[in-house]
Amino acid sequence: MSILHILKRYCSALVALIVLGVFALVFPSLAPRAGQSLLSQATTMLLVVPPIFLLLGLLDVWVPREMLIRFMGEGSGFKGPFLAFLLGSAAAGPLYGAFSVAAVLMKKGASFMNILIFIGAWSTTKLPMILLEMNALGFRFALARLAIDIPGIILIALAMKAVVPKAEIERIYAEAAKEKPIGPKAQAAMKAKK
Amino acid sequence: MDTVILYIAAITLFVVSLFRDRTKTKQALIKGLRALEGIMPQFLVVLVLVAMALAVFSPQTISRYLGAGSGFLGVILAGLVGSITLIPGFVAFPAAGELLRNGAGTIQIASFVSTLMMVGVVTLPMEMKVFGKRAAIARNSLAFVFSFIAAAFVAWVVQL
Repeated sequence: MSILHILKRYCSALVALIVLGVFALVFPSLAPRAGQSLLSQATTMLLVVPPIFLLLGLLDVWVPREMLIRFMGEGSGFKGPFLAFLLGSAAAGPLYGAFSVAAVLMKKGASFMNILIFIGAWSTTKLPMILLEMNALGFRFALARLAIDIPGIILIALAMKAVVPKAEIERIYAEAAKEKPIGPKAQAAMKAKK
Repeated sequence: MDTVILYIAAITLFVVSLFRDRTKTKQALIKGLRALEGIMPQFLVVLVLVAMALAVFSPQTISRYLGAGSGFLGVILAGLVGSITLIPGFVAFPAAGELLRNGAGTIQIASFVSTLMMVGVVTLPMEMKVFGKRAAIARNSLAFVFSFIAAAFVAWVVQL
């Protein structure tokens, strides 16, 4: 990757940082809180996100496409949504981690419906979060939210399937399948092994 | 706590994988790092947007507008704040509990919590990269509308 390429990729990030700098200069009273939030978010990222991406890599390498299609593909029946719920609920970490995992699942042939259920579960029915919610907001509050969220996730997934045209779904699947080739070194190693 | 479990799971599987096949494990590591770097540019933007949003909407400001008497407008406002902000659950839940004890309404807090978890305006660029513009916007809009139904239901159950 050339420096110019990297610069182009991170262009919007640089602009955002400049905006933040201007923001801090214009509202100096708000600057400390912004800095604090920046720090805590970055810590979460560094703490929670690496294992998600390690698991994602392992999933990509070890789980064969045929197997994933069987469990989460178009014809997987009740197994698919059930597994999608389980995977999403067992996850930890912010929702943006789920998008990368979803891309791998799409590449491996999970159905769009199951992907949507997975995203929904990751966003709201994470088990550790529910325990925390019970603690902070009360038993009834947390259970009522869980009870309405499960049908809600399915309803949203069904609505999405109706709203997003087939061609667009095919396009994002093609996009997910189009993955950058692994580096020459790893490729050579793979070849040597064969 | 969940982070610890996540680490244990990741490390265990990584070690197992390493024993089974070194090249595959190396490949997995590279793929993981690639994916992580892939979200980096958008993530940095998200980080900055959230920092500014949280600086503007302090907890004191939020609780002033989300009182039990704030009515429908308060519910919508809570939903908007929840949609824009990105706060980890272990920070958000205790904070929401605090707001609730300080006089914020149940339906307002439920709307805030629901949109906080399901709707991500600032993470939209990351979502669009995987799901495309149309699907990402559709999911967030649907989740936004659903959050009000969920909030009404939660408020109804709590006062039963």
